[in-house]
Amino acid sequence: MTRKLLTGNGAAAWGARLSASDYIPAFPITPQTEIIETLAGWIDNSDLDARLVTLESEHSMITAAAAAASTGVRVFSATSSQGLLYGMEMLYTVAGWRSPFVLVNVSRGLASPITLGPDHNDIMAARDSGFLQIHCATCQEVLDSTLIAFRLAEHTRVRLPVIVNLDGFYLSFTREPVDIPDSKLARQYVGDYDAENIRFRASAPLSQAVAVLGGSPYSYFRYESHLAAQDSLEIYHEVTEEFNQLFGRQYDAIDCYRSDDADYVFVMMGSFATKAKEAVDQLRDTGFAIGLLRPRLMRPFPAQIFQQLLACKKGVAVIDQNLSMGMGGVLHSELAASLYGQAHAPPLLMSYIGGLGGRDISSEEFFEIASELRLSAEQGKTPPPRLLYTKTELREVRKLQAVAHVERQDLDEGNTHE
Amino acid sequence: MYRIRFHGRGGQGMKTASRILGTAFFLQGYEVQDAPRYGAERRGAPIFAYVRASKDPINERGIISQPDLVIVADDSLVPVPGAGVISGIDAHTVLLINSDEDPDTWKQRLNFNGSLFTLPVETEARAELRFIGATCTGAAARLLGVISRDALTQAIRQELAELGDAIVEENLSRALSAFGLMEAHAGTVNAGSVVSAHDYQRPQWVDLPFDQARISAPAIHAAATSIAVKTGLWRTMRPLIDYEHCNRCWWVCSTFCPDGAINVDDEGYPHIDYDHCKGCMVCVAQCPPHAIASIPEQDAQAADNEEARA
Ligand code: SF4
Ligand code: SF4
Repeated sequence: MTRKLLTGNGAAAWGARLSASDYIPAFPITPQTEIIETLAGWIDNSDLDARLVTLESEHSMITAAAAAASTGVRVFSATSSQGLLYGMEMLYTVAGWRSPFVLVNVSRGLASPITLGPDHNDIMAARDSGFLQIHCATCQEVLDSTLIAFRLAEHTRVRLPVIVNLDGFYLSFTREPVDIPDSKLARQYVGDYDAENIRFRASAPLSQAVAVLGGSPYSYFRYESHLAAQDSLEIYHEVTEEFNQLFGRQYDAIDCYRSDDADYVFVMMGSFATKAKEAVDQLRDTGFAIGLLRPRLMRPFPAQIFQQLLACKKGVAVIDQNLSMGMGGVLHSELAASLYGQAHAPPLLMSYIGGLGGRDISSEEFFEIASELRLSAEQGKTPPPRLLYTKTELREVRKLQAVAHVERQDLDEGNTHE
Repeated sequence: MYRIRFHGRGGQGMKTASRILGTAFFLQGYEVQDAPRYGAERRGAPIFAYVRASKDPINERGIISQPDLVIVADDSLVPVPGAGVISGIDAHTVLLINSDEDPDTWKQRLNFNGSLFTLPVETEARAELRFIGATCTGAAARLLGVISRDALTQAIRQELAELGDAIVEENLSRALSAFGLMEAHAGTVNAGSVVSAHDYQRPQWVDLPFDQARISAPAIHAAATSIAVKTGLWRTMRPLIDYEHCNRCWWVCSTFCPDGAINVDDEGYPHIDYDHCKGCMVCVAQCPPHAIASIPEQDAQAADNEEARA
């Protein structure tokens, strides 16, 4: 084991390397490109015995990934944002093939307008595809989750592709100290891929067909995927437990921080959750009993674990780094669905939208949420969902709009800059 | 925790500088976080990079709003609003500016009473364009006071290893001489504290108003807006046509310029539009008789000023 400074992208590449991926279909996109550049460099230097192929689009890349996985080799790939969406048709399609592989997504907000900063609308768009989803908060977790993802995906009771998600910039380009596991130990942990009945071999032509089916058999196959995804929660426990025994790092389906004795709880995912930890510490210093729950798994959704962990809490604030237009935060909705009608469910489940397009969530914002949480609990009323925005921010936007307005007027009057 | 912000232009090596400092801290036994931050722009556009270092695990992320140390590799960035150089600085912040002008001038200009250092021009340590990153990092390491000469040396060797021995040594000598230069000020930078939930300044929160699409759609309808954006400000090197040697070939330079910044006049002579030339140096590489020279933008501007004065 070596402890080194690695970016989240570097950590993802190490994950692919240590799990001895055989085939890496690739297509570049900011902020993911460093992952495939790193892997390509290793292949060139013979540090990694794998085949990397640059495809002409993410649509083809995901098809190639699943097609290769269907021959029984271990496949790793990576994308981000618009790329993930460009491959969306195939994401749904290949999940149904039940050929496991690991796809890293480096979260980045979606157009329009265009941003390079991260939020989770890209990965949320893949929510119902059949891919399992592991969300990371640190560079260490990116590396470890990639190893865990292969175990989970390839498990005979699962056999579903897995997405490992990390935030652009905040993890992808940020270096942090990372323990790089010993490669023999990592190989031992990930093990060989037992492809079972998945078999394509050279010089032995076969075809794999996916049939056009009526609603009844169609329902059977779709529901079987759902059952496998649900069942994978148990497998996740098994494989992370084993990981902990070998490497001494525990990755529960929900990461709990000072939540046991807390009356109030923040719930959020991804790297911004470490900022929430900091805020929890500060709020605890003022005597406010608050904690944090960070789901690492979005699919399968750890509903029952949430029910247990949130039982008897006075209030919960979900901070969603995504926005479903016309409804609000996705995590909030899913948590509400998980808690509704449960005995001892917290009476207050507040919703906040934050960190869109990489917008910072400051300590002050967490403090504001905490004080609204306390106030709402006292008043026994749930306020509507909210995007906390500062007056200064709005003033900056108004300035931009004023510029645009002047341009518009100029144009209407037939002026140009020439 | 130490919170450090580097400001420079794309291509000046700020990412590398932050990595050298990050690695030096790491070798010194600190927990570290370092990262560059940039948008879609390229060379010459303002970028910043940051380093956090602490004896405890780091939970903070992203932008540093209250820096303990701000390093400005290119003083022409200070007045650029988008660069955010002075954002969040207060009396506790230490400023290190790579500049020909003296600290007092800068203090006055910025109305800043804290510690401010410049990397002076007379000395060996004056950062030349190629070594700005290493020089600034050397000086910063000493101002921090917790990074040893050895850790700095090892960090530079580690981070620049791929560039070959000669370049490593060159960077090393600049960094170490800047390190020496700040000896008297070792430990000027103090680690800052976290924002406390007890007494913090509460921002003025607003609920976003509903605006009609005519206002709230993210579109600008205007013609030729790219002309208004002076991308020439991004330039770190300036192409200069020597008309004595230009043989009015078949306007190779103008054809290859990716920004359409070279126009050809009626007599067949090329002219560079410096408001929009980004300084990519493609024309320099393409000109068949090598009639286009490349000179550092700083020197070119100094010469321009000289001429204007005369
Ligand atoms: S350096 Fe030359 S090629 Fe590049 S933008 Fe300027 S004029 Fe064009
Ligand atoms: S490429 Fe060189 S020789 Fe040809 S027009 Fe441009 S400056 Fe003159």
